[in-house]
Amino acid sequence: MSLVLPVYSLARRELVRFLRQRNRVVGAFLTPVIFWLLFGFGLSGSFRPEGDTGAGYMEFFFPGVLVMILLFTAIFSTISIIEDRKEGFLQSVLVAPVSRSAIVLGKVFGGTALAVGQAAVFLMLAPTVGIHLNPLNVLAILGAMLPVAFALTALGFALAWVMDSTQGYHAIMNVFLFPMWLLSGAFFPAKGAPVVLEWVIKLNPLTYGVALTRHALYLDPEALREKGVPSVACALGATLVFAAVTFLWAHKAAAKRTKGDLQ
Amino acid sequence: MSAAEAAVAIEGLSHRYGEREALKGVGFTVAPGEVFGLLGPNGSGKTTLFRILSTLIRPQSGSAKILGFDVAAQTAEVRRRIGVVFQAPSLDKKLTAAENLRHQGHLYGLRGAELEQRIGEMLARVGMAERKDELTEKLSGGQRRRVELAKGLLHRPQVLLLDEPSTGLDPGARRDLMRYLRELSTKDGVTTLLTTHLMEEAEDCARLAVFREGQRIALDSPAALKAQIGGDVVSIESDEAEALRSETKTKLGVEAAVLEGKLRVECEGGAAFVERFAQAFAGRFKTIQLGKPTLADVFLRITGHRFWEGEG
Repeated sequence: MSLVLPVYSLARRELVRFLRQRNRVVGAFLTPVIFWLLFGFGLSGSFRPEGDTGAGYMEFFFPGVLVMILLFTAIFSTISIIEDRKEGFLQSVLVAPVSRSAIVLGKVFGGTALAVGQAAVFLMLAPTVGIHLNPLNVLAILGAMLPVAFALTALGFALAWVMDSTQGYHAIMNVFLFPMWLLSGAFFPAKGAPVVLEWVIKLNPLTYGVALTRHALYLDPEALREKGVPSVACALGATLVFAAVTFLWAHKAAAKRTKGDLQ
Repeated sequence: MSAAEAAVAIEGLSHRYGEREALKGVGFTVAPGEVFGLLGPNGSGKTTLFRILSTLIRPQSGSAKILGFDVAAQTAEVRRRIGVVFQAPSLDKKLTAAENLRHQGHLYGLRGAELEQRIGEMLARVGMAERKDELTEKLSGGQRRRVELAKGLLHRPQVLLLDEPSTGLDPGARRDLMRYLRELSTKDGVTTLLTTHLMEEAEDCARLAVFREGQRIALDSPAALKAQIGGDVVSIESDEAEALRSETKTKLGVEAAVLEGKLRVECEGGAAFVERFAQAFAGRFKTIQLGKPTLADVFLRITGHRFWEGEG
């Protein structure tokens, strides 16, 4: 049977559910905004990114917060896999005549759309830190965030599928997902960091997602290269690979029948 | 009936979870249009069998066929033809009844006007048409159960699998459900296979497979199963049940058993026994009840164990 209808239906369900749970909408959006404001104001006095032009840390941090919104929304939407299992919804999907790819794609497309949508709302605050966007920028940013959101949602899917409690997922979020964001050049640049961290940042696939978003925001590759941001080609290539790898991982996780299928 | 004609055909089916053997070489067939019950206490293997039939787990040895399709080798064919209602609620509480059904329809390849018509039809059939636009979290347990049933039947399955369908239903709603299942069987020829641990529910099935510790220990209609015992069952409530049990044997020469604090006697001519017992032990018991054997008595007779014994 065709993949389109079940994928559409599963993705649509994600959006409807999310929008009906106001606390989720607010949580996934407000947390990054609060981070942005607190860290932005708090660090802007002591932290001057290299080649700073004016708005200082608030501006540097802005694309980082966009990616944080993608990460948080991906986490919130994939954590529902665990709830779907517990509540029994997933069982009825598992015995339906749909492939596991449809189940993965439905969830990941739904989560991606939510994440990019939430980030797009935040994007409207860009002018407040002196980032002036034209329609081309906006398109570039949305385009850049799509593969990043896809990769993060697929990653969340693969992790959530094998978890039997939301507590377990929260632990993973704290020790793995959140540090992954912290060390992605979103919070502070690789340039100037201790050499060990610099390497961690270089090896972190999300670094290239943040770089891609940064490029899309300014559309000025030369200036960013000078500040130590990876090139557009490198950022795009690494992000696409990240998305492909996490999707395959999610697919592999879902293809296995876990003990959790039986709850 | 050959395996190809049967709605459900199971042969030599075994399954283990690690060390624990949940099913030990089970076999039986279910005829098309039958309302068939799997009766057994918790842990008897009926849920494992249900999971295999619903394609949630693969059989480890032996075979299970639904409408001639093997559940392991022809999973997709089986899935299209079965409707599954799990014991755990499967509705998305944040969606309305109609939205839940629409989603289900999409998973089964239904769409557009045909799907909308079918949703209206099914919700009307389970008496939920007027609440179709309400979030399912706002519905009562019984109402949700009815939407679950509509969901399971949406794609016109030929075989309906129900796991403990009366969970959370009051007796009235349970009777409605059983009436509806019989109607599906006679009007639409839908085969129903349900698991239950409730004797009352089992009584309503056309035929029963009785399970204990992974084995199918009986297979027949409820009436035929009860006829195996014959005679009457007398149940006596007393504070000194144990003492009465031995005295019944010595004074009246009748074997009795103590079950759940009550003295039970299976015998022909129960009325005469009640009279003798009442005379012999006047004042030493509270109530005395005379009745026909129940499925619980059948279970006891076959296994030598009470139905609920050893339940974890």
